[in-house]
Amino acid sequence: MKILVCITHVPDTTSKINFKDNNTKFDPTGVQFIIGPYDDYALARAIEIKEATPGTTVTVLNVGLADTEPTIRKALAIGADDAIRVNADPADSFFVATQIAEHAKTANYDLILMGRESIDYNSGVVHSIVGEMLGIPSVSPVMKLDIEGTKAKLAREIEGGKESLEVNLPFVAGCQEPIAEWKIPNMRGIMSARTKPLKVVEAKAVDSGYKIQKFELPPPKGAVKMIPADNVAQLVTLLKTEAKVL
Amino acid sequence: MAILVFVESAEGKIKATSIEAVAYAYQLGDAVTAIALGDVEKSELEGLGKYGAKKVLHAADAKLNQPVIQAYTNVLIKAMEDEAADILVLANSSLGTPVAAKVAVKTGASLASNVVSLPDKSAGFAVKKSIYTGKAFAWVELTNPKKVIAIRKNAVDIKEVSGNAAVTPYTVQLSDSDFAVKTLSTEKATGEILLPEANIVVSGGRGMKGPEHWSILEDLAKALNAATGCSKPVSDMGWRPHHEHVGQTGVKVAPQLYIAVGISGAIQHLAGVNSSKCIVVINKDPEAPFFKAADYGIVGDAFEIIPKLTEAIKAVK
Repeated sequence: MKILVCITHVPDTTSKINFKDNNTKFDPTGVQFIIGPYDDYALARAIEIKEATPGTTVTVLNVGLADTEPTIRKALAIGADDAIRVNADPADSFFVATQIAEHAKTANYDLILMGRESIDYNSGVVHSIVGEMLGIPSVSPVMKLDIEGTKAKLAREIEGGKESLEVNLPFVAGCQEPIAEWKIPNMRGIMSARTKPLKVVEAKAVDSGYKIQKFELPPPKGAVKMIPADNVAQLVTLLKTEAKVL
Repeated sequence: MAILVFVESAEGKIKATSIEAVAYAYQLGDAVTAIALGDVEKSELEGLGKYGAKKVLHAADAKLNQPVIQAYTNVLIKAMEDEAADILVLANSSLGTPVAAKVAVKTGASLASNVVSLPDKSAGFAVKKSIYTGKAFAWVELTNPKKVIAIRKNAVDIKEVSGNAAVTPYTVQLSDSDFAVKTLSTEKATGEILLPEANIVVSGGRGMKGPEHWSILEDLAKALNAATGCSKPVSDMGWRPHHEHVGQTGVKVAPQLYIAVGISGAIQHLAGVNSSKCIVVINKDPEAPFFKAADYGIVGDAFEIIPKLTEAIKAVK
């Protein structure tokens, strides 16, 4: 079986977000970058399938500039066999999905996994766009994925519950917890990752019809108003008359 | 400018988030047509007129009673074409977001999800969307003639107008390939208010000490007509189901009022709630970081405060 796992290179979840150049660019000063947490679930599930199914290969793909290579090496250390970096700034969902589809259309993957969304732009649409471009089904957010021959059984989270689905391979899945436990690379993995193939390819030009004009931070929060524990009635009054949310 | 709005329903009723989508479309332009799929009550469809829909297409094919993403996508593409709609508006959801993406690919539309406000048309057509899990926003210009906009809850104030919408039956030829993803079963909480759609959310954290203590939060939620949520440790420990986990890797909520009980306020949790209009934090630790993100705070024992709060709410309702 051939599995493609698409990963993002994103600020750690505890990062404070700042912008520079007149609010037109993300400011990476002091920010630590990680594999997107949802992508990490996708990768972990891919490695589990590889371990359970002899002959399975896992390729990771990232759309990013050279600074994402440590993140890609980490995915190789976790257990992927080889990697592809599409050499471009991941400008928007349509652009990224086009690069993934462009690579996948001739590579015959049985399974294309990624996170349900990237934690920077949160659009949550790349898996759907890739599926549509390749003419194969896409399912997200997937919290359980079991391969049964040429089919897969999936659980997809919906508002207030879940759906159990069945779909033929190949398909695209956007993953989330608890599909697998995150894997931490061990020393052997880290050593072998250094020599695993990482191919750099150039991006295809795309007009996404999508142009980021500027970024904005939310207005600062006012000071918290503390209310004595023995006076909950005051809280109710404030919620009604001051905050007007009751 | 013709606008099509996809409205979702559950148990025959239009979802609140979809009513918002109709209101959004009406404030965006004049000719608003809504489309509903599967089994929906007729009065619900006519009632969309109150939010600005002139016409409602109803694709009542029983095969569409299940929300099948590919089939829904193809119905919407056909409806955009038939209605000569340039813009499709819908609510972000486990159904709406993938459908939006697929429709955009097929129609060559510019796509934006997580949109939080009406477009600024002073320079092109720019929408504001939430990014970095609510820690920031981006203004994005949608430059293609066709546009697909998936809005987040509370993106717009709902204004009621007068009049009923004319309901028209709508048929689309469906093919087997539309049902390539088979739904085997659906498990869904019924009769409770769903977290992403709730105006008020009551959430509990590790400070609740165990799943057996959730009833006091449920009583409070009931008095407030609220949904219940929880922090990540609580869902990880299996005290509450995963679909109630609010935060960076769980459900992101944007209610009018978010009440956090016994949650310390890790940055990952805050990321899921920072779009709430008003935040109340109840915690016995005065140093809990959540107080810094709150509008109102009470330091004290949740097991004493919550039942009193529930009584106080009931008294004013």
